[in-house]
Order: sequence, then structure tokens, then C-alpha cells
Amino acid sequence: MAAETEDLSPHLPSYLEEDLLPAEHSDAPFEQYLAAVSPRGRTMLLPALLEAQRRYNYISSDTATQIGRSLNVPLADVTGVIEFYSMLTTEPTARSVIRVCVSPVCTMFGSHDVAKSLVHALGTTLGEPTADGEYFVEEVQCLGLCERAPAVLVGERPIGQTTPDVIAELIKRPPDPPSGLIRTGTRLLTSRLGKISPTNLDDYQNSEGLLGLKEALALSPIEVIEKIRSSGLMGRGGAAFPTGIKWESAAKASGESKYIICNADESEPGTFKDRTLMEEDPFSILEGLLIAGYAVGATIGYFYIRGEYPRAQQIVGEAIDTLRKTGLLGKGILGRDFNFDIEVRSGGGAYICGEETALFESIEGKRGFPRIKPPFPTTSGLFGMPTVINNVETFANVPLILRIGPEEYRKFGTDKSPGPRLFCISGDVFMPGLFEITEPLTLKDLIFKHAGGAKMGRKIQAVLLGGAAGKFVPPDQLDVRLTFEDTRAAGLSLGSGVVMVFDETRDLRQVLLDLGHFFAHESCGKCYPCQLGTQRQLEVLERLATGTLIPGDRERLNDVGWTMTDASLCGLGQTAALAVLSAIEHWPQMFE
Amino acid sequence: MPIQLTIDGKPVSIEDGASLMLAAQQAGVDTPVICYHEATTPNGLCRQCVVEVEGWRVLAPACITSAAEGMVVHTASERVTRARRTILEMLNASMDLSEAPAIQQQMDEYKADRKRFPGAHRRSQPLLDDNPFYVRDYDKCLMCWRCVQACGDDLQFTYALSTGGRGYESHIATFFDAPMTETTCVFCGNCVAVCPTNALVSKTEIFMSRGLDYDAIRREKRKQRRAEKKEFSDD
Ligand SMILES: Cc1cc2nc3c(=O)[nH]c(=O)nc-3n(C[C@H](O)[C@H](O)[C@H](O)COP(=O)(O)O)c2cc1C
Ligand code: SF4
Ligand code: SF4
Ligand code: FES
Repeated sequence: MAAETEDLSPHLPSYLEEDLLPAEHSDAPFEQYLAAVSPRGRTMLLPALLEAQRRYNYISSDTATQIGRSLNVPLADVTGVIEFYSMLTTEPTARSVIRVCVSPVCTMFGSHDVAKSLVHALGTTLGEPTADGEYFVEEVQCLGLCERAPAVLVGERPIGQTTPDVIAELIKRPPDPPSGLIRTGTRLLTSRLGKISPTNLDDYQNSEGLLGLKEALALSPIEVIEKIRSSGLMGRGGAAFPTGIKWESAAKASGESKYIICNADESEPGTFKDRTLMEEDPFSILEGLLIAGYAVGATIGYFYIRGEYPRAQQIVGEAIDTLRKTGLLGKGILGRDFNFDIEVRSGGGAYICGEETALFESIEGKRGFPRIKPPFPTTSGLFGMPTVINNVETFANVPLILRIGPEEYRKFGTDKSPGPRLFCISGDVFMPGLFEITEPLTLKDLIFKHAGGAKMGRKIQAVLLGGAAGKFVPPDQLDVRLTFEDTRAAGLSLGSGVVMVFDETRDLRQVLLDLGHFFAHESCGKCYPCQLGTQRQLEVLERLATGTLIPGDRERLNDVGWTMTDASLCGLGQTAALAVLSAIEHWPQMFE
Repeated sequence: MPIQLTIDGKPVSIEDGASLMLAAQQAGVDTPVICYHEATTPNGLCRQCVVEVEGWRVLAPACITSAAEGMVVHTASERVTRARRTILEMLNASMDLSEAPAIQQQMDEYKADRKRFPGAHRRSQPLLDDNPFYVRDYDKCLMCWRCVQACGDDLQFTYALSTGGRGYESHIATFFDAPMTETTCVFCGNCVAVCPTNALVSKTEIFMSRGLDYDAIRREKRKQRRAEKKEFSDD
């Protein structure tokens, strides 16, 4: 399947030719919308399906046929794509879709009761539209609002820290979304958060914005890459790959076109750093993409934002418009021979599309299956072309490095983990939220000194470090420093900077069950170990949570878990059992 | 230029770029496969062919991993056999493999416990008999994708089939579950030819196994076609 990418002609619009991009949310008739996007072909499949879903609340076979014909996609493949993305449906939902988060943190703060109370008040059940076609309630995986658990998304409006008593009232008039809870000492990446108007370019420039881009454009592309390389910046999307090496390899690769992609699919349970950056300082990320485009020799960028982040999509979209209007995107940027433009793409409800090659497939209008590597993205990525894909936070580091210089940058963090780093703390701490860490710090200090420790004098039972794909750390092992090197030595991983805290009152078996549901729901189904293993693991975890384990269940979890870890095709399956296996290691008696 | 590597202690010399599966063959080691087929592009789905390469964090699927200079490969290590046995056990808990002799043989070889997962949710799917040429008994389907590939880019370029669903609920789909007669299917039979489990089986084969001779089969098929035509004109 991956082999066919070479033949695809992407039909990219000449964005640089002014306003050729169809207005995504225009209210022109759907036929007109389709006619406008059809020259671009299959890459517009997911956008067109999302647009149909938005207009009609579902996709009928007639609409699907219309879309398939106009984008030249085989009809069976249209069905394949619809069935892959959870936000697309072939049965009517409702004018307002209400998504209640049931990932671990929201669950322990009572989200199941919120959902129950809501469907009761609306006189419906989960997954059934109300009789008037107004509301449709569903339980979903992490909404990235973990610092305000339990969280609910009403259409495009997030509601945090809700309760079963008030939810039915709140959905009628959702309050203004609260701003991110930023709790931090030294502010580098977070310096503007909450202090500027996010889409105001003057505010941005008055707070040292664009200095990095100007510095970059005064250098040659090779010199820019050298600065990134010597800064020691490592990717913040989970795999900690050196950014400079990635850029260099894409710069050297040959291809008709090259792409820069910002991975904003942030769906790892417990992660909300990228959302906060996008909502409160979008220009810093976009400046990072521009610098990458210049360094690598790319003219087109994609900003792929998960479908459950409508607010971030809107803010990033607005910021891009502003940059276009001021000539900072388009042709001849800042009077230089440098052309670059950025298109926002929405995900459709699939965690796997955060895996870089699955994300390419998604932009290409296919099911979000990860590809076999090699080839690697830097030589054969989106549309088979050299591609740089980085995380939101990684891009946000780029202007900072150019502005203050690699030497200054390296004064933060440690020698092997240079620069500031964001952590998302949620669960049973006094002050959950986003933390920027600029000095080496232990997990214990982060939790106790910065986040205020557990509430009401309770003891901490366990910490899940790295998110659903991470491992449990028991309370006597919290002395590990939060650097790549120290966590690696301890057999842990920082992942996307998630720290989920569970106090002594929590039932870890329920947490494990929530994780089991997450992976079973999000496995793409491509390879057998994960397609089958996430389901078999969930079945045992269901028995664990209900106290009905049968003889041999611990061995089943071990065999399934190690098979997924060892033999799966991509990072999802390879990490889907880590939390469970670490729980078996620390608390074997729980599995008797 | 050939390259040198070691497989289960034996030195092997093979063309650069050849797969570990070919290299293993040269060392006299057969690699078990489920999704792999000569006629279709390997996708590395089943992972039954995994082997252990020294120094690698995860196991390598031998069908799509290129042999490289100096590799030290183990095809029967504990990690390898655990993965292969567990994959078979998980599969057997998910679908009907009674008509997949190659997989039955692998289950014997790897001492797979056919009842390893009591109470497992089976991926039951209805039998679809919607055309005169073949039957689709997806209860036997193990999602090797070969039929989709044979129908699409690897052989026929007809694109009547796709993978549908996600995760454990993955399945083979047509457009909005349309019967084959309403898809682009040209009834070439390529999908039937590559199916490893009898999930796709030709009607002629079914009739022959029931002892019908060729003329009787033609009569039977004509009868079915007429019945279908009538059904369409009734719509
Ligand atoms: C299942 C899965 C989900 C992922 N989700 C994300 C994500 O949401 N955001 C992200 O930046 N990286 C994600 N990644 C990592 C990407 O594949 C890739 O490594 C990353 O975008 C590279 O950017 P970086 O080098 O800046 O970290 C995911 C990986 C896997 C296996
Ligand atoms: S590991 Fe899971 S998510 Fe990754 S390819 Fe395999 S089935 Fe898909
Ligand atoms: S129907 Fe047969 S060929 Fe098609 S995926 Fe299933 S097992 Fe493979
Ligand atoms: S035969 Fe190699 S992955 Fe299936």
C-alpha cells in the first residue's frame, strides 16, 4: 500500500497565487465546495468528509459517492476512510455533538457520572441523538483538557471541571473557555502565554517575536541547520530524535518539492502542552515552521491539528491569515527569495494519525495506517517527498534558539537534554497544569515543590510518566531526574512530558482498564500483535477491574504484552502494554 | 556485491537488499508466514515471520527486513517463539481457522494452546452470498489484505474492496456494504485465489465438493443469476 505513494500527484494548489484555497467553512453549496477542491484530488478526501459531516451531521452514501467521484477516489476506499476516523459517521448524529472524556484522569474525576447525568437530562442514551436532533452524547478518549478534569467538548466549545449537577445547564450556554493553567518559574517557551493577545501580530513582535526568523534569514540555510544542530534540540513529540540531524537529512535529500509538517495531533492521554501553545502563542510555532522551511528548502507546510481541538484550529488559522496579509507567508518573505505557505489540516479522531507516517497517509486521503520504515520521512515522506515533521513544542523552540543563540540555549536543561521542556501534570495534585522546566529537576520535586503535592495530605500511590504509552513509577522511585538520559537509565521515558498522579484513594485497576480501552480503541488494526493484542489485553483488564481474574491471566498479560512490545509495527503497539507490564512488575499481588 | 551475515550460527552470503526471509532460506531455515504472498506487495502485517537481530530493540519481520552486512540473526530465540505462539493463539481466539491448514500446522509446530483465551470476544461476521461466483465467509477472514491488494494495485486495478473499521473491529469492506454485484467487481477471481483461509471460496469449488458435475454446476449458477436479475428488476 505504501508503494503507491510515488505515483500520487498531490495537485497542490498554488497558494502563492492568492486566495486559491477554498474557504473551509464556507456556506456555499456543498457542490460548489467540492468543485473548488476537486482539482487537488485525493488529498482533499478527509477535509471533504469532515466538511460533509459538519454540514449534514453524517455522511450518506449519496454524499460519499459525490465526494468519491469528484476527488477520483474508489468508492470502497471512501468507505474505508470514513470507517477509520471516529468523528465521521454514516448515521445521523445531531446539530451539537457532546464529547465526554473517559481517559484515566477524567474518569477518576467522575466523567462517567457526568455523561450519565447528561443523557438522563436530555432523555437519550449514549450514541443516540435526542428526538429533536439537537444533541448527541458520546464518550471519547482524552480531549487534552486533563488539567481541568472532568472535561467535555460541546460542539466546538470546551468545558472543564464540570459536575453531574451542572452539566445539563452548561451545555446550553457553554462558558468562555478558561485559559491554560500555566505554572512555571523561568519562562522561555511560555513567556507570552496568557500575556499577549494570541493572534495579535503587534503583541507578538513587541515581545521578541519574529527576531528568530529575521536572524535565520540573515544566515544561509546551512548555517541555520548548524545552529539547530549545535543547540542539541531533541524532538518533543516522544521519540527525542535530534532535530538538527533530521533537518540536515531532508535538506540534503533530493525531491521536486519538500514539505514541513507540524504534528499537532496531540492525543496521548494526559498531554495538553501543544494545545496550550497553539491557543496562546500560535505565532511562535509558525515562526518555527518558517525557519524550518527556509533551512530545508521547502515551500509548503502543513499544520495537522487533531479534530478535537477546534479552538486551536481556529486560532492557528487566524494567525496564518494574519501572516499572509502581512507578507510573512507567501512569496518573497521579508524581501528575500523565500516562498512559503502553510495549510491547516484537521484530524478526524484517530490517535494513530500522530504517528508521523500515518499522518502522511491521512493527508494523502487514506486510512491512517503507519508505513513500514525505511524509507524514512526525510527522504520519502508526504507524497513520497523529503519531509520534515516535528512536534509543536519542537517548532516553538526554534525561534528561541535563533534569537538567543545555541550557547545561551544550552545553559538551560542539561548537557544531554538541552533547553527548556514542558510537562503536563494532571490527576491528584494540588496544582495541575502546564509546567516549563529549565533546570534539571527530579520527578519528586516537580510533583511536590512545583505542583503542590497530593491533595488533603494524602499519599501518592503511583505516577504514570509519559502518558498511556508510558510506565508507572512507584512512590519510592520518584527521585529520577526528568532528563532524557536519567529517565532512559531508569528504564523510563519522558514521552510527551506527561505526569499523571494517582493518590492512595485511587483504584489502579480502574486506571489500567481505562488505558486498555484507550489502546483497543486506537489501534489502527494494521499489524496482528496490536490489532489482536490490544483486544486480548483489554479482556483480561476487564476481569482485573471486576475482580474476576482467572488462573493464568498474569501470564496472558505477559505474553500478549511482550508480543505487542516486541513484534508490533509501530510505536503504538510497541508501547500499548508498557503501563500494564510495569504494574505487574511493581504490584504483582494485584494480578493474583 | 553479496553481503555476509550469520543466521542461527550459520554464515550466509546473499545479494545486498535481499530479505531476511530469503537469507534464512539459504541457511536452511523456513520462516513461517501468514500475510506474505508472492503475488502481493508485502505489508508486514502478521509479524509471524519475526526474527531477533542482535542489537535491535524490537524483533524484525523477516519478509520485509533487508539483510545487512554483519547482522547476527536468531530465528528460534525465546522472544521469537513467544511472539509467534502468542500471535497464533490470539488469532485462533478471534476467527474460524478450521480451513487454513498452513496455520493449523504452525499451531502444532509452535505448541499453541488453541484455548489460550477463554471468554475472548470473537470477531464474528455473517456469511455473504451475494453473487454467482464466490462466497464471502468473513468469519474465516484473518485480515491479510491480500484480496484488497489483488483487487487493487497488485493485480486487477478494480478497487472493489477496502479494509474497513479499525483495530480489532477491522474487516474487509465494500462501499456502504454493497453486495459484490453492485460494486466495480469484475469477478476475475484473483481475490479468491490469494485467500489463505477459505474466507473467499469459489462457488464452483463448493458445488464440486458437493459432488455436482460441470453441467449441473452451470445449471445451478444460471438459476442463481436469473434469481438475482429478477431481484434487481423488482427493486
Ligand atoms: C501512536 C503514536 C502517536 C504519536 N502522536 C504524536 C503526536 O500527537 N504529536 C507528535 O508530535 N508526535 C507524535 N508521535 C511521534 C511522531 O511519530 C514523530 O516522532 C514526531 O512527530 C516527530 O517530531 P519531533 O522530532 O519534533 O518529536 C506519535 C507516535 C506514535 C507512535
Ligand atoms: S502497532 Fe497497532 S497502531 Fe501500529 S501499525 Fe500495528 S496495529 Fe496499527
Ligand atoms: S478475505 Fe481472505 S484474502 Fe481477504 S483479507 Fe480475509 S483472509 Fe485475507
Ligand atoms: S509474513 Fe512477514 S509480516 Fe506477515
